Amino acid sequence: MHHTIEVKALKFAYPDGRQALCGVNLMVEPGRKMALVGPNGAGKSTLLLHLNGIFKGQEGSVEVAGLSMDNGNLGQIRAAVGLVFQNPDDQLFSPTVFDDVAFGPLHMGLDEHEVHHRVESALKAVQMESYINRVSHHLSIGEKKRIAIATVLSMSPEILVLDEPTAGLDPRARRNLINLLRDLDMTMLVSSHDMALVAELFPLVAIMDGGQIVAEGETAVLLADKGLLERHGLEMP
Amino acid sequence: MHIHLVDQYQAGSSIIHRRDPRIKVGLTLLFILTASLLPFGAFGAYAVLFATVMAVAVVSGVGVSYVLKRSFIALPFALAAITLPFTIPGETLLTVPVFGGIIITIEGTIRFASILIKSWISVQMAILMVAVTPFPDMLWGLRALYIPQPLISIISFMYRYLFVLSDEVLRLLRARASRSAAVPGKRSGGTILWRGKVAGRMAGSLMLRSFERSERIYNAMASRGYQGKFRSFARPSLNSTDYLFLMLGIMFFGSILVVSFT
Repeated sequence: MHHTIEVKALKFAYPDGRQALCGVNLMVEPGRKMALVGPNGAGKSTLLLHLNGIFKGQEGSVEVAGLSMDNGNLGQIRAAVGLVFQNPDDQLFSPTVFDDVAFGPLHMGLDEHEVHHRVESALKAVQMESYINRVSHHLSIGEKKRIAIATVLSMSPEILVLDEPTAGLDPRARRNLINLLRDLDMTMLVSSHDMALVAELFPLVAIMDGGQIVAEGETAVLLADKGLLERHGLEMP
Repeated sequence: MHIHLVDQYQAGSSIIHRRDPRIKVGLTLLFILTASLLPFGAFGAYAVLFATVMAVAVVSGVGVSYVLKRSFIALPFALAAITLPFTIPGETLLTVPVFGGIIITIEGTIRFASILIKSWISVQMAILMVAVTPFPDMLWGLRALYIPQPLISIISFMYRYLFVLSDEVLRLLRARASRSAAVPGKRSGGTILWRGKVAGRMAGSLMLRSFERSERIYNAMASRGYQGKFRSFARPSLNSTDYLFLMLGIMFFGSILVVSFT
């Protein structure tokens, strides 16, 4: 099986002792788009950081795209999983937009011609072609978020993992992002507080609270259950 | 992946912990001064100072291994003196059969060993001082000993923002790791030159961001009335135990110096 995310009984505690994940079980099948919702502090960002090997759980297992989380596999895992952080400032570390978007392909060892091609198509996908020579940290947050997504798209990942993609975006930027995500054809796991986004784009949803997945299933069904949402600090707009 | 930067204060209520910060900071500075002034080769005096550090470590409850583990950070700096065994004239200790015979002298080796030991012991006392003195108290103690206010402000901000910066560095490293991918069949990672350039640019990025952040922080402080000086609550004066420590300390350091110079 390919393009899958499989998390089994994952437990993780931070070095200062805080137990962030208390046995997470999650499965996202190839090509499916799933939203991950839950209150602040539920462990959503922590879980997402396990998906490309930044964090390693103390118990349980994580398998993405059929690869288990060994040190030897990390290079391939990071090619397969495109992780976009919540804060675009955490994602952009190169002087210009071109350098940031080109970093992934360059690291993978692709030749110059291919790198240029990938950068152009990634920027085109997020509608930021004219920004190619701009300085990354002088852009507005909406622009930075789109460049952050481009930095990951240029690596042609099979799985896209986004942490709060619409947070801080104005309505137009948000609409552009929704259109972009709708057109992308890859397995997706997106953590968000934006329930309208979840209802519009994601057929599947998982609710996370207290370090565990407390409910999982079809969005239409789960989001109609007001009691369930309220119990876990959520509400529909 | 995480950066383990934590506050170095070890809480306790030993007789050492309870001393006025001026005494703790002042005696540490006197200790380091004594160690620096001792002549080369006064290994007896070095042993006495070392025993003093160990005694303070035990009495304060901080522990000998805590101090020793951290003290080795001094060694790379002391290696600045590595040329001494080769350059100080004197009796030959041994000859290295390279480049027509390089001579290592006894005098040079003694000097090098002395510098190594003196810096090692001084760092240990500094580590102890930081372990028994909460950081704000330490800054107050330094100020009370007439260290200039701008320097104190710089130290205080640096300490606070070291933690912030290390978080920022951690996030940059994570961002890079997340996009450090490899595809089978291609050599990943680029050349060392390319990786070096990326690392250099990340450092530059960090510097720019820190600079702009510092402006935002200053604006926030000015909005709350900051005009260059921090006010703090009044402090109690020195008690009799403090004076006792001070007197004993001065007598002790004085006698070590006198004995070792005669």
